[in-house]
Amino acid sequence: MAAPQPINIEDLDIYYSDFLAVEGVDVQIRPRSVTALIGPSGCGKSTFLRTLNRMHEVIPGAYAKGRVEINGEDIYDQKVDPVNVRRRVGMVFQKANPFPTMSIRDNVLAGVKLNNRRISRSASEELMERALKGANLWNEVKDRLDKPGMGLSGGQQQRLCIARTIAVQPDVVLMDEPCSALDPISTLAIEDLIHELKQEYTIVIVTHNMQQASRVSDRTGFFNIAGTGQPGHLIEVDDTDTIFTNPTNKQTEDYISGRFG
Amino acid sequence: MSTADIESESPAPPPASMSTSGRRLGDSVFSYLSIGSGLLIFLTLAAVAVFLSTESLPAIIASQEFAGTADFSLIEYTLPLVFGTVLASAIALLIAIPISIGIALFISHFAPRRLSSTLGYLIDLLAAVPSVVYGLWGGIWLVPKLEPLYGLLNTYLGWIPLFAGEPTAPMRNLASASVVLAVMVLPIITAVSREVFLQTPRLQEEAALALGATRWETIRTVVLPFGRSGIVAASMLGLGRALGETMAVLMILAPGATFSLHILEVGRHNSIAANIASKSAEASGVDMSLLIFTGLVLFVLTFLINAIARWIVARSGPKS
Repeated sequence: MAAPQPINIEDLDIYYSDFLAVEGVDVQIRPRSVTALIGPSGCGKSTFLRTLNRMHEVIPGAYAKGRVEINGEDIYDQKVDPVNVRRRVGMVFQKANPFPTMSIRDNVLAGVKLNNRRISRSASEELMERALKGANLWNEVKDRLDKPGMGLSGGQQQRLCIARTIAVQPDVVLMDEPCSALDPISTLAIEDLIHELKQEYTIVIVTHNMQQASRVSDRTGFFNIAGTGQPGHLIEVDDTDTIFTNPTNKQTEDYISGRFG
Repeated sequence: MSTADIESESPAPPPASMSTSGRRLGDSVFSYLSIGSGLLIFLTLAAVAVFLSTESLPAIIASQEFAGTADFSLIEYTLPLVFGTVLASAIALLIAIPISIGIALFISHFAPRRLSSTLGYLIDLLAAVPSVVYGLWGGIWLVPKLEPLYGLLNTYLGWIPLFAGEPTAPMRNLASASVVLAVMVLPIITAVSREVFLQTPRLQEEAALALGATRWETIRTVVLPFGRSGIVAASMLGLGRALGETMAVLMILAPGATFSLHILEVGRHNSIAANIASKSAEASGVDMSLLIFTGLVLFVLTFLINAIARWIVARSGPKS
């Protein structure tokens, strides 16, 4: 694999039809590290996250202007197919969403089998084992790979979704509040996993939980809005320690210390 | 209920007022009305079943008495009709299901919003067209239009038993009846499938898309598996309508009573419903009883198909 490159975001505006939801994001996301996005509800951090793999386009009327450069390629270039972007940039959602009709094995391999990619049985078994081990799930499910994925606990389902995401070997993994529906123990398991995953992947995680941001991330970005109907802005990005101990911006400091929101 | 509610409702000193003696009038009226309506379903169904069974008894007895004499056999009379009914309906479903799923997917996942609502409205309208109108349209307009197609099928695919034989104009054959039946069941299957496809959890579709699935792959991995039991249910609803459909078949099909697979040949088949409709006006005595017996067979047939459909839906339904 080539040397990891940062994600360069230049002057990104995100719209829902006429409504400007997020304005003027300029940031570089470091490779093979965890960047957490925090901020009050409705400030556009999830919206911004979705523009990193063009998932916002699923919502009718949503579009983005600006540059998002991943591996040196602008993903908003006219020649770029969003399907290919999403194969490089995986996503884990708020609620675990394994495919309900599929077994654990088929869930992990779902992305691999897309687009009629042919893969031998032994190669797929190996890939599945690697992905499940990578998601710290192998030991719990190795004896019931043919059982439905929906039979697992919530935390296991979320790790199954992570296994499914890393099975397609993306460069970047986006996580949209991956622990918001989980109990503390499952949350801890996912956070441990995030620490391991950053050895291989660039991770961007949106979280409502500031403790979580400080636990898992190397860098933290703070989003804020001036009020309802106003666009969200990326106020400040810095090393997580700096953001939580000595932020430059007054708004960040207020939010961190719980003085508003 | 909070304590505040209780206090504000019973400020009066005697606390016994909270245990009301007897039920409120509105409640019991409504309860009896709804129980009655529920029971009415059973009574109606039972009445139909009893009518069909008792009225077809004379035919059954007569067939026992004449057993061995060649001129009267219940089985020989009924089976070709069952065969024709099932064959016509099966072919209609074979035509209608793929088209319906295609339309439903187009409406639910491909069409722009304005077009999809217009299209959905048109489909519902199609379901409301009376079957007599389909019969007229099929018999007068469609049948001549299908002639060249039948010619081609017969010439080039004649080695398939279905298209073998000697089709003769006018093509009032089983194939034409099936095509019109397909048009008639299409709206039901489309409408039900569309509803099911629209209910696909958004999160599931996003899961597929985020893995780099194209639109078709998303449909294949998420929408169709989710909608499978719905498609089965929709098809069975369509089959139910096709089996019992009378006017369209009556007005298009030139009747016959054989077990021929040659659906392009004229005067080979008939359906139970169309047969009853064409003969019941002049029938009496045992003849009438015979027709009612075929009605009983149709009743049982649709009953069985519904039961099978329910079983399939229960078995393959989305596991939650």
